[in-house]
Amino acid sequence: MSEILMEDIRLIPHLFRHESGRIISALTNYWGIQYLEDAEDITSDTFLKAMEHWPYHGIPENPAGWLHRVARNLAHTYYRRNRLFQDKIVRDLGMGSTQEVPEIVFDPQKIVDGQLQMLFRICSTDLTPAHQIALSLRILCGFGIEEIATALLASRDTINKRLYRAKEKLRRSADFAMTISMDKGKSIDSVLRTLYLLYNEGYYSESNDQILRKDLCREALYLTHLLLEDPSTCRPDVYALLALMSFHASRFNTRINQMGEMVLYEKQDPQQWEEKLIDQGVYFLHQSAQGDHLTSYHLEANIAYHYTRKEEHVDKWKSILELYDLLLKINNSPVIALNRIFAFSKVFGDLRAIEELGKIDVIPNQYFFLLKGVLYREIDHDKAMVFFLKAIAVTHSERERQFIRSQYLVDEAISFLYWH
Amino acid sequence: MDEFILLMRHEDGGKIASPEQMQIWMQQTRDWINSIIAEGKFVGGTGLPFDGACVVDSAGIVTNGPFGDIKETIGGFIHVKANSVEEAVAFAKGCPVLQGEGNTVEVRRIAKNHV
Repeated sequence: MSEILMEDIRLIPHLFRHESGRIISALTNYWGIQYLEDAEDITSDTFLKAMEHWPYHGIPENPAGWLHRVARNLAHTYYRRNRLFQDKIVRDLGMGSTQEVPEIVFDPQKIVDGQLQMLFRICSTDLTPAHQIALSLRILCGFGIEEIATALLASRDTINKRLYRAKEKLRRSADFAMTISMDKGKSIDSVLRTLYLLYNEGYYSESNDQILRKDLCREALYLTHLLLEDPSTCRPDVYALLALMSFHASRFNTRINQMGEMVLYEKQDPQQWEEKLIDQGVYFLHQSAQGDHLTSYHLEANIAYHYTRKEEHVDKWKSILELYDLLLKINNSPVIALNRIFAFSKVFGDLRAIEELGKIDVIPNQYFFLLKGVLYREIDHDKAMVFFLKAIAVTHSERERQFIRSQYLVDEAISFLYWH
Repeated sequence: MDEFILLMRHEDGGKIASPEQMQIWMQQTRDWINSIIAEGKFVGGTGLPFDGACVVDSAGIVTNGPFGDIKETIGGFIHVKANSVEEAVAFAKGCPVLQGEGNTVEVRRIAKNHV
């Protein structure tokens, strides 16, 4: 009897989630974005059918193929029966002809085309990044409302509203005849930006659901990787973003400890960094070094690369500082400016870094005070503590507050205990 | 040896579940049935789609599901062999449907076709 168990096929993780994105995109690609909701219904009916059959009769040898076949059959039945068909007849009658029901085919090329089409549509529709991220997770990545809400630390209600509005806009975008011939080269910047933000949502999210945060990063990597499948979007900046994501991902497990607390870079265990992802990042980084367009993804990927180098070395920090100098020219943001000062301190020392910090024009937030505290730690301990306390006072995040307390104020508490 | 039907009663989860959740439920149900197959006690079974389900009453009136005031209805059943009702109940206790609050598995002995 055990043979039956041995031979039983186990599904690859997240198969339904991924197939959801594939099937919805493929169907909408055939029918037009107006039928997004119908495509979503057919997709969830497809999984229902699997739930009704597979547990009792065994998991088919080719689960994805089974799902595609069922989705195609459901879609054909739907197409014949529903309003969609009538709409077409009315239109076709006006044109004096009746058309055959289009045959839906799920071949690998069609699936990738459909996903890319959907990705570009979502990212080039006039939506806020928050809407684009929620919509990508829902449609392309097959996330449920609950999962999106948990991952983005928002209420179900907020996510529902966000999705409703985003879908409305998406449907209206159909009027502008965004068809397959869409200029991918032009809108790829916004696609990369959305994917970058989607990744960061997972990487920096304060959600306690570690698995879901990781899933978000994995999905962003997966969608970015899809861009390599099409010659018009297989570009150096795509490789650079993939390199950046891979390097960050390699340190994912060490950034948060088992208690769910953030771990400082200098306290992370390099033995736990994932070598395979670092190698993957290096490969993508090499691929990105083509052409003459240096993007912020290139620079960030290079910085992330240096962070995966285990040995502390002044050259490492010199390289990072140079990269931050270049990055600031492209993107003059306070976060980058503060990160640059940290690298600066590693090269030129804390005193000069404090001077440098005085020169930049940023609204003091928790990161500003935290950095100032770190720079003063060796120079004036009491002053450093004041800055750490200020950082605690201005942050709105409980996790950050906890982090600053445990990482920077603990030493102080211990010495206090020893004195008394 | 007796034979039993295990009737799974639950809500129509398909309308609210995410693909990930459905994959998990599917796999759990498969694993549960596999454990019964491994003992050589599984006879058969199937899922029952909620879609298009209806009820005919004594007046001949047909109503669409869900059925009455309860939201939970039969979403599937399995047919097993067991030495006793206790053994059949033990199978039922492993059913993943029971993870959902309010869901039930009803255990019914099949009448033997001999005297």
